[in-house]
Amino acid sequence: MMDDIVFQAKNLQIHAMRDDGSELPIVKGVDFKVHRGEVVALIGESGSGKTTISLSALGYCKPGLKFAGGQAELLGQDLTNMTTDALRPLRGQRVAYLAQSAAATFNPALKINEQVTEAPVIHGTKTQNDANLRALELYRALELPNADTIGDRYPHQVSGGQLQRLMAAMALCGDPDLLVLDEPTTALDVTTQIEVLKAFKKVIRDEGAAAIYVTHDLALVAQIADYIVVLYNGEIKEKGPTDVIINNPQHPYTKRLIAASRLEPQTQHSAQEQPAEIEPPALTTTQIDAGYGPTKDGRPLVQILHDVDLSVQRGQTVGVIGESGSGKSTLARVVAGLLPPASGSVVLADETLPPALAQRNRDQLRRIQFVYQMADTALNPRQRIRDILGRPLEFYTGVSGREKKDKIDELLEMVDLPKSFAGRYPHELSGGQKQRVNLARALAASPDVILCDEVTSALDSIVGANVIALLKDLRERTGIASVFISHDLSTVASYAEHLVVLYAGRVVESGLTHQVLSNPQHPYTRLLIASVPEMRIGWLEDAAKARITPTGTSDNKFSTASGCPFMPRCPMVIDNVCSRVTPPRRQANPGSNHGFACHHDVNALAVETVSPESHQI
Amino acid sequence: MLSLIAKRLGIGLITVLAVSIIIFLGTKILPGDAAELRLGQSASAENLAVLRERLGLDKPYWQQYLSWLVNFVQGDMGNSLSGDTPISGLIADRYQNTLIVSGLTALIGVPISVALGVMAAMFPGSTYDRVLTFTSVTLVAAPEFFTATLLVLFFVLFLGMGSTIVSGSTDGMGLFELIQHFALPITTLCFVIASQLIRMSRAAVLNVMASPYIEMAILKGIPRRRIILRHALLNAIGPIVNVIALNLAYLITGVIVVEIYFSYQGLATLIVQGVQTRDFVLVQSLGMIFCATYVVIMLIADIAAILANPRQRHPK
Repeated sequence: MMDDIVFQAKNLQIHAMRDDGSELPIVKGVDFKVHRGEVVALIGESGSGKTTISLSALGYCKPGLKFAGGQAELLGQDLTNMTTDALRPLRGQRVAYLAQSAAATFNPALKINEQVTEAPVIHGTKTQNDANLRALELYRALELPNADTIGDRYPHQVSGGQLQRLMAAMALCGDPDLLVLDEPTTALDVTTQIEVLKAFKKVIRDEGAAAIYVTHDLALVAQIADYIVVLYNGEIKEKGPTDVIINNPQHPYTKRLIAASRLEPQTQHSAQEQPAEIEPPALTTTQIDAGYGPTKDGRPLVQILHDVDLSVQRGQTVGVIGESGSGKSTLARVVAGLLPPASGSVVLADETLPPALAQRNRDQLRRIQFVYQMADTALNPRQRIRDILGRPLEFYTGVSGREKKDKIDELLEMVDLPKSFAGRYPHELSGGQKQRVNLARALAASPDVILCDEVTSALDSIVGANVIALLKDLRERTGIASVFISHDLSTVASYAEHLVVLYAGRVVESGLTHQVLSNPQHPYTRLLIASVPEMRIGWLEDAAKARITPTGTSDNKFSTASGCPFMPRCPMVIDNVCSRVTPPRRQANPGSNHGFACHHDVNALAVETVSPESHQI
Repeated sequence: MLSLIAKRLGIGLITVLAVSIIIFLGTKILPGDAAELRLGQSASAENLAVLRERLGLDKPYWQQYLSWLVNFVQGDMGNSLSGDTPISGLIADRYQNTLIVSGLTALIGVPISVALGVMAAMFPGSTYDRVLTFTSVTLVAAPEFFTATLLVLFFVLFLGMGSTIVSGSTDGMGLFELIQHFALPITTLCFVIASQLIRMSRAAVLNVMASPYIEMAILKGIPRRRIILRHALLNAIGPIVNVIALNLAYLITGVIVVEIYFSYQGLATLIVQGVQTRDFVLVQSLGMIFCATYVVIMLIADIAAILANPRQRHPK
């Protein structure tokens, strides 16, 4: 067993080449081994060098990087000083790579099957026919629908979760000795993530392959890895078998990582705020119907939102949660006025807002601000931070000169950034700092309501947790109300007092966060909660066993004018009712505002409760 | 996909109609109408009235516009103001020359330039790439008459081949004879379009080369040649086709310097003559022809880009 080493990094060093010719160490002497049949996880935040290290197993450095010392040995052969031509037979053959975003990794102009079978055919280890058969076998093993024909499609014709599994097929088609998986499930919804993870784990076991699994998510690692390497700033902080690292971490950084992925649900805060409900909510939406495309009889061609109600008090947060395509961002766009709703109204404190942006006056615009997910694309790369913050200040408050400068300093201070950042450009900032600037820009308008669209999704867990802490602090200090949109239940739960669960554009359940989480009623809410990975070994197997609902793919998600949208996946469908009648709204407890939309009442649902024991988030 | 193409066709038609209205109104804004221009400033009011009635200039604008448009579509562009000869005849002679020169330039210049650009993208930063990039920048900067002069200096004066002036009838010439006949204008134009095409096709391919799916192909051990030809080029077709189309349109309408330099009779010189003699009937007709040519070429480029994109070819 000891001799059966597939990959070994020996004092591996990788440097970045700067424009002035100097070199910056990115990976500073890393040692670890991957045995046959073993999954080794590289864990750390962005900038820790985890992706760079994983790519060394393919002898590849991203443009601008180079091997500076040590060895990366694949099957005893050092890759660091090999030419591209010498590496080519190994790549795709001995070692295969799975990237984070399958949507970007598949060539949009080529059919899937050609891309899946390309490597072994080009390397001459399989004929096209053999490769096709192997691909088909993998499609079946990965539980892809329509395995016989899926290869004839183009990448844009299948869903994200399917594409991610197809990428696994692409990697495995050449029967590699080593798989390198770079955050392969990060871009997926939680309910889809389980399925993909399960498929990966099964295939890795069945094929007896070794794997390097790169991720920032410790709970995921606990499910799939045998051995964990914790990286920080290009150095190994701690390494060891999975159960040791998870249950008995030694290094402070590992402890922080574990703490950051165990965010505590928001409970007591809301209880104190209850009396505040007497004053009118800061923001209310009533019976919003909205969608895209030309409208006919007052209905848009593609209706996304059906009858969505939401309300948030001053100084509070409502979390909107749902899978991608559930209409979360559409809701935010309706509130912001970017998408006028087909019907329903948006009320800001006491005033009903005009539906379209162009009809709102400057003060109405000021009072609602949007914080986008990708700070990278939301900040103009050619403007200094002072200009990015100065524009909304001037526009909404009319300040200028000395006063404006003071306000900019104040804003930077509010988001815990040094004043000196005012003169910097966005690319000189880290991801977390950029997201703070993004937030400061929204705050520059001194809004009543901020709409946060997946603001922590692009950030590492520790950085994301810091941004959440900042948001909580700002909420206390300014009394701002926020709508917090996310697909990540644990993040929402740690910040929002109220929860709205969206499924296919309908509110399926809503209420105080702790009530919804501790006593979920709607089958979808239950599925969602059960899908959040827990940091314990064996959770994946338990969760997979307990699952009674079919895979969450966008194929069986549909938006209907009447009936329950969750019907195709629901384990307790009532024939001839769920498909035709829109479910009534029910109360989970008398007197509370915890409600859900289902044809079953609380008692009927209680009978079906799925693995109720511990779904702590 | 068909509806997408139909939409493009519709937009093209609307563009042509909109331009026809602008062109028609443009000539109405100018002082003096066709009757005044023909009879001169000393003409009597009665004579003007008679001629206006004969030309239909006394009718409302919309009627004039419609009859002009209908006649134009049927190929009747009216008579030239200066010579009173049918404009369709004037244009037909010139159109042939322009078409031959542009067609041959496109036939020779486009494939060579695109191939050179793609090769430069295969080896970015190589000596080949640098020499090519440097040369094409120089050529972009050099005006046509300068390139033409250099070519004449080299071929005619130094090597003693061909002549500076392109003259004589092209009737009955074969492809190679035509190339020989127009050798210098074609070479000049090839240089002009090559500089842009090389740079744009290089940039289009390099842009695609930065995509994650190309990195994936590298990590699958795919040879560089196949990466470029199979993975990158298919995705770069859209932008490349658009640059080709813009250059083709330039070849039809913008080659006046080259036409004058080599003294052959093409469409571009004709429109200049029209402007000089205030023959706005001629200018009107040529304007419409240029516009229609532009629209048709752009339409072909759009349709090609739609066909090259599987997202549009095979919707979900």
